[in-house]
Amino acid sequence: MPGGYVGSILAAGGVTLSLAFVSLLLAVLIGMAGAFAKLSSSRPLRMTATVYTSFIRGIPDLVMMLLVFYSVPALLNQWVQGMGWDMTIEFSPFGAGAATLALIFGAYMTETFRGALMNIPKGQLEAAQAYGLARPRIFWRILLPQMMRLALPGFTNNWLVMTKATALVSLLGVQDVMFRARGAAEATGKPFSFYILAGGFYLAITAVSLFVLSRVARRYEAGVKELAR
Amino acid sequence: MQKLHVSDIHKRFGSVEVLKGISLDAAAGDVISIIGSSGSGKSTFLRCINMLERPNSGSIAVNGEALELTADRRDGTLRAKNAAQLQRMRARLSMVFQNFCLWSHMSVLDNVVEAPVSVLRVPRKEAVERAKANLGKVGLNLDVCDRYPSQLSGGQQQRVAIARALSMEPDVMLFDEPTSALDPELVGEVLRVMQALAEEGRTMVVVTHEMAFARHLSSKVMLLHAGRVEEEGAPAELFDNPRSARLQQFLSGRLQS
Repeated sequence: MPGGYVGSILAAGGVTLSLAFVSLLLAVLIGMAGAFAKLSSSRPLRMTATVYTSFIRGIPDLVMMLLVFYSVPALLNQWVQGMGWDMTIEFSPFGAGAATLALIFGAYMTETFRGALMNIPKGQLEAAQAYGLARPRIFWRILLPQMMRLALPGFTNNWLVMTKATALVSLLGVQDVMFRARGAAEATGKPFSFYILAGGFYLAITAVSLFVLSRVARRYEAGVKELAR
Repeated sequence: MQKLHVSDIHKRFGSVEVLKGISLDAAAGDVISIIGSSGSGKSTFLRCINMLERPNSGSIAVNGEALELTADRRDGTLRAKNAAQLQRMRARLSMVFQNFCLWSHMSVLDNVVEAPVSVLRVPRKEAVERAKANLGKVGLNLDVCDRYPSQLSGGQQQRVAIARALSMEPDVMLFDEPTSALDPELVGEVLRVMQALAEEGRTMVVVTHEMAFARHLSSKVMLLHAGRVEEEGAPAELFDNPRSARLQQFLSGRLQS
């Protein structure tokens, strides 16, 4: 395996990782908002969140990605031309990729967080309300720490799937690990070595993630271990 | 001095009216026991006092300050007009729950310190001292401070919950069947703590099945049945000369204490 190609593939790891982290951050924010919307007493909010999650989860990731990157700007440009403005709208591949991943995994996070919130015993919230805790305080001190524990298995799963799904952005021309690996495979005629290298890279990320997240899980299990015995 | 004034509480769940106009007045030092069979509405009434349950009508005043209520547009139940006022009033009414409801991810000490620090803005150091004093008062050894609730027995958890309630220095303590979830051999340790509180002049409203507590430690007993006050008065009067058939029936179904 020529060293230059290997270096170039691994150097693209930064792109893959930053894409994954940006998407994760956005997906978590969307997921939080979605979960609270789904559990809200307001009907329009519940409906909006339900339409969002069912819609997104029903469309293949690849189709979503191409839709966001190609179809949305095309639609916008048509509209812009219709308005008689002299400009063209174009999305950056990285931005469009991150936005799409966030949109898709925001829907999965919504379901994960909703399940976690629903599984917090009602008395935990009631005790906080009964003692006059303010809403933000209840969220940060009572709900969030308990959610962390309940949401972690689902969160971990979503993160692993999402990390792997970042490979799709290579189709938009983002120079991530997958893009470089395919380039190297085609240039050298050695697909096996370079795809294995790419696969190994994703495996390394997910392995490290599993290790870190299991540590986090242990931290948030404090106080419930005895219950499970 | 009037600590708690609750007037004409009505509560409906759907089309079922579970509270049909219940009032309660507590002066400083009063211990009011609310008794009644399950389904009589006694816990719902208690939960209306601090608005964990939204009544359909009625009024609530703590220490002479009336809680401002307004009808919710969606279901017509009453909710607090002003979240800050509700928080302030809830902080004056400490509740002890049937299932303890200690925050399971926090240590015992953090459970007791949380509300005084975040709601009453007591400096943490002072709150910790107060917490330790109250844990001592409910008969717990201070080595429980760093344990999690799940590492304690039910009786210990409920005593931590009482310490949590005491640390708010509340005007009125609300007890929602505090011994019902406990193994029989653990009931005594909680009742003894409650007895001490009653004897030191705390104002308490206690929903209970413990007739010995109701009879010997309360200044007033209310019997609820089907959402109404069936009979109320001094415990000696009620237990020795029950007037209503309902109370006679209720008492005869139990061993006399």
